[in-house]
Amino acid sequence: MQGRVAAPTPRSLRQREDTGLDMAVVRRILWQVLQASLVFVGLAYLIWRGAAAMEYNWQWYRVEPFFYRIIDGEIIWGPLVKGLIQTLKLAAIAGVIAITIGFITAFARLSNSIAGRIIAKVYLEAIRNTPLLVQLFLFYFVLAPIFGIDRFWAGVLTLALFEGSFAAEIIRGGIVGVDKGQFEGADAIGLTLVDKYRFIIVPQSLPLILPPLTGLTISLIKHSAIVSVIAVSELTTAGLNLIADTFMAFEVWFLVAGIYLAVTITLSVGVSLFERSLNKSKR
Amino acid sequence: MLDQNPQPFVEIRGLCKWYGDFSALHDINLNVALGEKVVVCGPSGSGKSSLIRCINQLEAHQKGTIIVDGIEVTPDMKNKEKIRREVGMVFQSFNLFPHMTILANLTLGPMRNRGASKSEARELAMHYLNRVHIAEQADKYPAQLSGGQQQRVAIARSLCMKPKIMLFDEPTSALDPEMIAGVLDVMIELAEEGMTMVVVTHEMGFARRVADRVVFMDEGEIIEVAEPEPFFNTPQSERAKLFLSQLLGH
Repeated sequence: MQGRVAAPTPRSLRQREDTGLDMAVVRRILWQVLQASLVFVGLAYLIWRGAAAMEYNWQWYRVEPFFYRIIDGEIIWGPLVKGLIQTLKLAAIAGVIAITIGFITAFARLSNSIAGRIIAKVYLEAIRNTPLLVQLFLFYFVLAPIFGIDRFWAGVLTLALFEGSFAAEIIRGGIVGVDKGQFEGADAIGLTLVDKYRFIIVPQSLPLILPPLTGLTISLIKHSAIVSVIAVSELTTAGLNLIADTFMAFEVWFLVAGIYLAVTITLSVGVSLFERSLNKSKR
Repeated sequence: MLDQNPQPFVEIRGLCKWYGDFSALHDINLNVALGEKVVVCGPSGSGKSSLIRCINQLEAHQKGTIIVDGIEVTPDMKNKEKIRREVGMVFQSFNLFPHMTILANLTLGPMRNRGASKSEARELAMHYLNRVHIAEQADKYPAQLSGGQQQRVAIARSLCMKPKIMLFDEPTSALDPEMIAGVLDVMIELAEEGMTMVVVTHEMGFARRVADRVVFMDEGEIIEVAEPEPFFNTPQSERAKLFLSQLLGH
């Protein structure tokens, strides 16, 4: 066999060759979008026909005041908007407390303290193995009177304790997921335990923690509907009250569901944009 | 028995370490004097890494004593933090903090542990980055640097803590061949400036040039301690002979 020496082509002279838009792929995507649309149109038609068969009297023209009314040039917010604000407030406060509980529980589980580990484990098992509704009743009817907590805070604390148990496992997973070398790197320059977590471990676990924590926040917003059973004023309670007043069950439940959907989708899009910028800064 | 140094900076006596039932280190006795350079070598699993990781307590030992600069090394948190600020460590896999710039990697330790102001820490960091010849990379992130550059940053990060001794755990083993020389050059410069060093490595050129003593380990024990020339040319123990023949064989 003979040796061979190639004449090198400088990188700058190598032309990139790209194939253009592939029409077959475009056609296939369009066809699939069409298929999905057909399914949704079909479903909408079935609901409309069902309602018609029940002789349901759709009164969409009456829903505007559910959101707002204009009296003397001034906007008065309607029950659905007020309910939404209450829901967001409830979820925001519960979310902050849940994440705090999550961090404390996660660190307790990872700590050397046996007492801390036992307390964390008992909390996690108790919360995750009982129904949320039962926890809410227990809190509202038993603990709230003892400690003098009003219904809003009973709802907030129940949700926070419930979601906190899931947050704890997400956060623990994120911390455990950080490369062992990072712990050693921090140790090797003599950082204190607190500094190690604050500057090295927690920042690096955020990309692992954030996506599931978004999911948790979304489920927190959805789960917050349950506090309507103890008559905390929020979006679902507002919906129930409107139906009692107007008998417009179909319209109101579609609106309430639509509002939840709009909030949760906005949240997940927002977080995925944030995540992207987070990843970009790492490059 | 193995050492007669009058004033050891690191003193290891009767050190034993187990992983479960597996004996990783057995009755290790070793002194390192201030300014001395010790190269530790031996086959994989011989306990070289465990030995130097015990010195700064990245791993706990079960028996024996380690004294660094007059302080006995214990698993107590405060004690560990104190020891680690005296002892620099460079890892095989660099362990730079990927979410921070090179500069931030270097300034974190001095700012948090030595009470340095931001400008002092910055000045210190740039000084050491200059010494490892990568000052122009200060604002980049670790992932933007080559392996060799990252390892030099890791060395600079340790030096920023002004350690009295530097431990190196196979610092060139994870590097591409063309990156190794740059890292070794930095280590040789460091040695020539009088830094006390314990280096786990198989780079024999480095050992010959820099080491005062070579420690050969096998199966968790120190088998042979000698100056580099006699060790590499005429090893005394059978196991060292075998090891060196395998190292040179290919």
